[in-house]
Amino acid sequence: MKVSREEILHIANLAQLELEEQEIEKYQSNLQDILDFANIVNNAPVENLDITIGANEMKNVFRKDEVKIFKNIDGLLKNAPEQEQHMFKIPKVLN
Amino acid sequence: MEITELTVHELKEKLKNKELTIEKINKAYIDRINEKEEDVQAFITKLTEQGLESAKKQEWNGELAGIPIGIKDNICTNGIKTTCASKMLENFVSPYDATVIEKINSQGMINLGKLNMDEFAMGGSTEYSYFKKTKNPWDLSRVPGGSSGGSAAAVAANMVPWALGTDTGGSIRQPASFCGVVGLKPTYGLVSRFGVVAFASSLDQVGTFTKDVEDCAILLNVIAGKDEKDTTSVDVGNKDYTKALQKDVKGLKIGVPKEFYGEGINLEVKESLEKAIEKYKEMGAEIEEFSLDIAKYALATYYIIACAEASSNLGRFDGIRYTYRSKNAKTLKEIYKKSRSEGFGAEVKRRIILGTYVLSSGYYDAYYKKAQQVRTLVMNQFNKAFEKYDVIITPTSPTVAFKIGEKSNNPMEMYLADICTVSVNIAGLPGISIPCGVDSQGLPVGMQIIGNRFEEEKILKAAYAYEQETKFREKYKPQFRE
Repeated sequence: MKVSREEILHIANLAQLELEEQEIEKYQSNLQDILDFANIVNNAPVENLDITIGANEMKNVFRKDEVKIFKNIDGLLKNAPEQEQHMFKIPKVLN
Repeated sequence: MEITELTVHELKEKLKNKELTIEKINKAYIDRINEKEEDVQAFITKLTEQGLESAKKQEWNGELAGIPIGIKDNICTNGIKTTCASKMLENFVSPYDATVIEKINSQGMINLGKLNMDEFAMGGSTEYSYFKKTKNPWDLSRVPGGSSGGSAAAVAANMVPWALGTDTGGSIRQPASFCGVVGLKPTYGLVSRFGVVAFASSLDQVGTFTKDVEDCAILLNVIAGKDEKDTTSVDVGNKDYTKALQKDVKGLKIGVPKEFYGEGINLEVKESLEKAIEKYKEMGAEIEEFSLDIAKYALATYYIIACAEASSNLGRFDGIRYTYRSKNAKTLKEIYKKSRSEGFGAEVKRRIILGTYVLSSGYYDAYYKKAQQVRTLVMNQFNKAFEKYDVIITPTSPTVAFKIGEKSNNPMEMYLADICTVSVNIAGLPGISIPCGVDSQGLPVGMQIIGNRFEEEKILKAAYAYEQETKFREKYKPQFRE
């Protein structure tokens, strides 16, 4: 499959990345190389095989839905670039 | 012998006989760090001052109290920077401890520092660290491997007696191989991933770097165990892995998959492995060659699945919660985009783009779904192999440590270096790398021993028997060659 410039821009937008001009070219060619190689999965003998999503067979691991208080709130919020009154602060989203 | 050359089980012996104190041990390691760090560049955050203070207060408990350790910088340590070697987390101070760190701390071990890695554990040379390039202690012009290159180099250079790392596609085993130390990736689910910054959640696993196999079993005893905070962790009961350390491998059935010794494998690496297999035969193991034709499919599958999971996991770095925010952003959308574009390095962005692509509508079936089917194929092939064999032996890496700069501009070539290790993560198996010789340039060659799920005992036994027979550490030492 050929990767177009438009596709790279579309994918970057989905991934919330802003690419500079030389990055667009570089990633377009990198992605093409990797996909050309990765295409080998389409030749693998996998007819009628189920998909595997995890490395062990466990599913639906339940636990009680209990509130546990995380005590180090200051330590957690200290990592935010901006905070106010124990909340993460972001610019206004509604005008 | 220098204190820093001793293994942990030897240190324990000397603490017991009162030949050494905890303070003396830590002082020796800190001196060694101060002496060698300029050459090796293994540390992102040194904790030597705090370490010495703790060492003065720590009393020996007959076990591991006071033993120093180094930690890969993607494992959360309360109150200490955890950067993932990324500009994005340059100033991130974890507000809690990972479960493995709680376990280390409850033993009274002393963390001497956070170790360098490829950014977010993406890479095979530690050259993709935002902060520094770690050097291979055997030859300073070469890479230590990656992504846990700082952990491997620090142990090889005797700057810490052992270290923790993480392994998503070979990130413990390959650097262990390049640096001539022992590296274990446990079975998926044996060790809690809680507090480990997620790269690819269905593949990531915490493991160990040690000087020998006995230390590996000792450290595995500490970190293994079910954790309610990691629902993928598994209860296997209380095991003492040191009981697996036996020299007798008579009758042990070893499978040798011929595809792992073919095209792309360096000739000297291959010869080294063939000698090791011959040695096993002399020791009474039963060797059989067989076909395991999955390596290429597994590598492609690995990059599809790992990048898909990474693109999702790294979505949390939004410029709002985790320290880095672009100064050029005004709107919320700009905060997301500009912070991520400035905060992530080139390799991380490359993988996010690949992962987003294979998950996007139109390509999901052709790549991601297909890769998940290949994952089943890989698991089936291994299951079949383990009906016949106790362990499987392959090279850990197709080459010895390569030169700094040799592959860093060619992503595909860097990815091919993972060809021997990724299938183990795809199938969730345990794998250990131990040194099995040196090439004509004096660089260590690693042997990978793979076991069935939760059969760490078998690979530890096979590794221990070989190590005791061949005594690599007595014959070869890193020379810090310029």
